[in-house]
Amino acid sequence: MGVARYLKNEKGGIDDVIYQSGIHVKPNYTPQDLDEVGFDYQADLGDPGEFPFTRSLHPQGYRSRAWTTRQYTGFGTPEETNQRFRYMISHGQTGLNVAFDLPTQMGLDSDDPKAEGEVGRVGMAVDSLRDFEIAFAGIPFDKIGSGLTINANASVMLAMYQAVAEKFGFPRDKISATPQNDILKEMIGRGAWIFPVEPAVRLVGDTIEYAMKELPRCNPVSVCGYHIRESGATPVQEIACAFEIARAYIDNVVARGIKAADFVGHLTFNFNVYGNMWEQIAKFRAARKIWAKMLRADYGVTEKKKLFLRGLFGGGGSGLTKDQPENNIIRGAYYALAASLGGAQTTALCSFDEAYTIPTPRAALLSLRTLEILMDEVGLRDTVDPLAGSYFIETLTKQMEDKIRAEMARIQEMGGMTTAVANGSIQREVARQAYEFEKSIQNGEAIKVGVNKYTEGEQPEVELHGYNEAWAEKQIDNLKKLRNERDNQLVMKCLKKLTQAAENGYNVMPELVDCCRAYATVGEMTGVFREVFGEWQEPRLF
Amino acid sequence: MSEKKTRVLIAKPDLDGHDRGAKVVALALRDAGMEVIYSGLHQSIDQILNTAMQESVDVVGLSIMTGGHLPICRRLFKRMQAMDMEDVHVVVGGVIPKQDIPALKELGVEAVFPGGTPFDEIAETIKSMERIDD
Repeated sequence: MGVARYLKNEKGGIDDVIYQSGIHVKPNYTPQDLDEVGFDYQADLGDPGEFPFTRSLHPQGYRSRAWTTRQYTGFGTPEETNQRFRYMISHGQTGLNVAFDLPTQMGLDSDDPKAEGEVGRVGMAVDSLRDFEIAFAGIPFDKIGSGLTINANASVMLAMYQAVAEKFGFPRDKISATPQNDILKEMIGRGAWIFPVEPAVRLVGDTIEYAMKELPRCNPVSVCGYHIRESGATPVQEIACAFEIARAYIDNVVARGIKAADFVGHLTFNFNVYGNMWEQIAKFRAARKIWAKMLRADYGVTEKKKLFLRGLFGGGGSGLTKDQPENNIIRGAYYALAASLGGAQTTALCSFDEAYTIPTPRAALLSLRTLEILMDEVGLRDTVDPLAGSYFIETLTKQMEDKIRAEMARIQEMGGMTTAVANGSIQREVARQAYEFEKSIQNGEAIKVGVNKYTEGEQPEVELHGYNEAWAEKQIDNLKKLRNERDNQLVMKCLKKLTQAAENGYNVMPELVDCCRAYATVGEMTGVFREVFGEWQEPRLF
Repeated sequence: MSEKKTRVLIAKPDLDGHDRGAKVVALALRDAGMEVIYSGLHQSIDQILNTAMQESVDVVGLSIMTGGHLPICRRLFKRMQAMDMEDVHVVVGGVIPKQDIPALKELGVEAVFPGGTPFDEIAETIKSMERIDD
């Protein structure tokens, strides 16, 4: 998949293969390699479904249950998004993954001057509960789970999800939402942060604590190594950063006097499949093992299911190319193969036109079909962890484990993840790696088909998802109408209580739910936090 | 005069937070011998132009990934006119469909670097731009 470095001899044969994580691959692996890395079946693998879960979380893998497919969806107005949700569900998608526009992600109402030109552009515009009522109309909340791709103000969206589900008659203990809610990764890559590090982590802690008590089927955080990798991190750093970020959130909640075992079972992850296939497969297998061992050793968690590394392995946007865009369909298929051989429990693919724009319906459906073909047609459900016992894969899995552990130790030496993010040192390392990687593509050391090898000159333009300026106008009209129709005194009262909770260190979630029910806007609720917490001053290092 | 290094501000306008491309290009231009300032994220057009003025840069490079490049550039050039900054060169990089490049050039963007443009090409294009005399 073109991200390893291949050093060649004069005859054109390959002398050395170096993975992004720095591992040198040998031309041949034998039982001796397993001996050298100290491989032990019980300690390193265990049977599928048994600690440390290297092979699988479940004894029968995909036989008992195929993966959940969750394509990232949402654009324009809530009406448009609702149509696309229904379209994907009617074509067999089993979970939603909601995209929000940037103003919503940054806690701005659609009529905020800073939102100009961005309303509904990269996701759905949400100003109040009224938008959720439209977007989620007809969605069976008790059967379909929703990923909410929002971070800085994920607390607001989780509260709104609860409010809309209850309004449609689904009790809160039946609903399943996974807000992304990983603010530390947002500060490393992707950039939709608002508040300074400390209060931002506290908000994550509030949602974890609240979900534990009130929303038993919700997963309050999806820690995203994915975006850190997209920003330039190696596969090893992707996992190490994600686990150290998770540690920061766990520690915040544990400091409230809550036992880790009471909530860690609901922390989930989002990892990237882009890259060399074997390295990714080994990464996922090593990650399941490290996570289970970390929870057991560092937090005393013993119950089996709470040690599961659950989450979405998928996407891989930075593997896609603008050149020869149809090649991305093929890449997506191989990424999905790597995800399934790595035991992905939930998955999604970036669509082939995503190097240009948010996916057209045809492209999104092709991604879904790619995933379905793997499960239903070519045999990925036949047997659990089919690569287990491979001299190469098991050696590589051990090597990846060692490297990830070393990287985690290094982050801890830097003062832990909150410190490393606050002072910008992680961001700087990741940016430099992105630069080195880009150079290796430009000088041909790493190969990308259609980009620096097998190029075809001029590229045809792909069909693009359009942006409709009328969406913004409609959204703003509806927002103005809402402000006139709602009980503004009640809104003020709820916002005041939210301010007090934020100021006094109480959990903000109950007040946010009340605010949502009263139709307070996203801008008003996030505005309260802006007032109380201030905004982050990003270190401008590169 | 020939000793003076080209000064470039790499800026991320508005709300988008995808800064990998911006930082990578900043590093490449620095390696190519320019003085590079990075604006950080979430910058308004006025913030960007104020920084450009304070740092007396020759070139402003906007990194835009959301598809909002046309409205953003329209606003930028309107403000540049009002602030009498039309001598500053403007280049744009990011996710820019080919069909939008003529419209960007018409607005006043001097060069467009879609994702994947070789660093050498970006550096040479920028170096060839006339420097602003202090």
